[in-house]
Amino acid sequence: MQDIKKTSSVMTDTPKSHRRSRGLNWGDPFFKSATFLFAMLVLTILSGIVIVLFIDAWPALKQFGPAFIWTSSWNPVKDSYGAFVPLVGTIETAVIAMVIGVPFSFGMAFFLTEMCPHWLRQPIAIAIELLAAVPSIIYGIWGLFVLVPICQKYVEPFLIATLGSVPILGHLFQGPPIGIGVFLAGIILALMILPFITSVMREVFAAVPAVLRESAYGLGATRWEVVWRVVLPYSRVGVVGAVMLGLGRALGETMAVTFVIGNAHRLSMSLLAPGTTISATLANEFTEADGELYTASLIALGLVLFILTFAVLAIGKRMLLRTSGKGGLA
Amino acid sequence: MLKQFGKIGRAGLVALAVMATATVAQAADISGAGATFPYPIYAKWAEAYKAKTGIGMNYQSIGSGGGIKQIKAKTVDFGASDAPLTGDELKETGLAQFPMVMGAIVPVVNLPGVKPGEMVLNGHVLAEIYLGNITKWNDPQIAALNKGVALPDQAIAVVHRSDGSGTTFNFTYYLNSVDAKWAAVGVDKAVEWPVGLGGKGNEGVAALVGQTAGSIGYVEYAYALQNKLTYTDMLNQAGKRVQPSLASIQAAAANAKWNSVPGFGVILADQPGAESWPMTAATFILVYHKQDKPANGKAVLEFFKWCYEHGDKLAEDLVYVPMPKNVVEQVEDSWKTVTDASGKPVL
Repeated sequence: MQDIKKTSSVMTDTPKSHRRSRGLNWGDPFFKSATFLFAMLVLTILSGIVIVLFIDAWPALKQFGPAFIWTSSWNPVKDSYGAFVPLVGTIETAVIAMVIGVPFSFGMAFFLTEMCPHWLRQPIAIAIELLAAVPSIIYGIWGLFVLVPICQKYVEPFLIATLGSVPILGHLFQGPPIGIGVFLAGIILALMILPFITSVMREVFAAVPAVLRESAYGLGATRWEVVWRVVLPYSRVGVVGAVMLGLGRALGETMAVTFVIGNAHRLSMSLLAPGTTISATLANEFTEADGELYTASLIALGLVLFILTFAVLAIGKRMLLRTSGKGGLA
Repeated sequence: MLKQFGKIGRAGLVALAVMATATVAQAADISGAGATFPYPIYAKWAEAYKAKTGIGMNYQSIGSGGGIKQIKAKTVDFGASDAPLTGDELKETGLAQFPMVMGAIVPVVNLPGVKPGEMVLNGHVLAEIYLGNITKWNDPQIAALNKGVALPDQAIAVVHRSDGSGTTFNFTYYLNSVDAKWAAVGVDKAVEWPVGLGGKGNEGVAALVGQTAGSIGYVEYAYALQNKLTYTDMLNQAGKRVQPSLASIQAAAANAKWNSVPGFGVILADQPGAESWPMTAATFILVYHKQDKPANGKAVLEFFKWCYEHGDKLAEDLVYVPMPKNVVEQVEDSWKTVTDASGKPVL
């Protein structure tokens, strides 16, 4: 800003013969308005999406009201729809993905920054980036053809036999092992969000000043203590951001989940049972939804997902705001 | 310089002429969308037709519900559905409907050691499985029908369709005819299934059954053959055990009164007859009476006329039964109602 003011005062004070070397005066205001336009465009698109979602979902919202969120039926014959089952499925798969994915990512980032021999660092980093580049539908197909038989024959019977008999946790691991289900969908989601969270965590860990790390080592801290007490608190903001990024992807992932989740509109205590998520429901049923209420209910589902993602991001931002004073990488 | 100009000029004229003939010779491809049930035979017919005439037929296998939705939205030249529209719906939407080919819906199972056609089920047991009342393979009701088949003590993983499907419509219609308890679930292209996993399209159900041990699903017979799935025999209304085959489908269609329903919308489930396959279904094509693009309408009807006249062998190779000759005559007669804006028939 100040440079522009300086230039313009120079422009008016300098005689014409000296102005040749000053450059065009219209460039800066043009640039400013163009970038302002782009920013406004993003806001416009976002509000446009919300408005269109609301308008198209209105017949369903009017018919069912807020009860739409906790109704668990999904009956196209009787035209009775409720978002509860897809919503619970979305949250369940996202939570499983985070519970499995975040510790793994943390471990990988830890290994890559602290303990990895130099010659191994680049190959692993490249492998992680490649994992991020695999299209999500490939994960779905691979999950269906490779993971489902393995899960059905070995993993699920093992879980039912061991965790199934634990008093409270056991309810989550009941039922016949069919491979397909919420649990497998959560595992595949974990694999999909691993690369994102790992790369961001790794960069954030690596950006911690060497001085801090070395001082900690100098004082006799172990590797674990350095990471847990020095690196992690310093990079807290970046880590939370990485986790939010992964969670956002897990909530919205469609094709990989549709292949392996079983598309069943039924609530079940067990994680090994088939279920559905909001995106899987939309992917399966949207093209053929016949009837105004059916289509409106599907769009209302989309609206629910939008609000959920928005809420999750807002919580993430709030967490960042609270900790930004304490971390180093604000 | 004039000589050079002449050379270039002549070359240019030749190029223009070639381009002109090329554009004249190229006719528009026709597009359709809908049922996954007849997709294998439509794909084969389109291939043969393109080899013969150069006109391509682009068919999107998205399910009967999708086909009805897309033809209503006029995004395709024709829609395909195994769930026929009622007379009122046809009048309301201005669509003409005609049957194209008939096929069999077969139950497919994934039980290691069981060969195709070794097991037999009846409508009542099938309904009980899909209602969730029979949960294990060695249940007495299944064992009673299958003496001599080693049934494991394993839970049944039920597989159904997750999308809007004419195959589901015909399957639930059959279950509703044979089991009073099915009325709680209903008959439609998409229902609220009491148990089971959902696969997208006949293709999805075939993939899920192939992957999941101890599963049962329902697919069109061509999918069971092409994916080498284990299908079962059925007991029909007469109590006789029948296999899915051209003969059993034809037997089921023999008594059909095609003229009795508007738009030829006859449902062939649970037909009487000792040889009839109980889950036979016809699949239908939907086109508008009033064509906005008469040239496309004509191309569509010409394609289906060719399929009626030359497609029988290809259909029978995939165990689809072509429509009987008298029905074809009635259908082609009904094409007179497919007209352009002025009322002149397009074909």
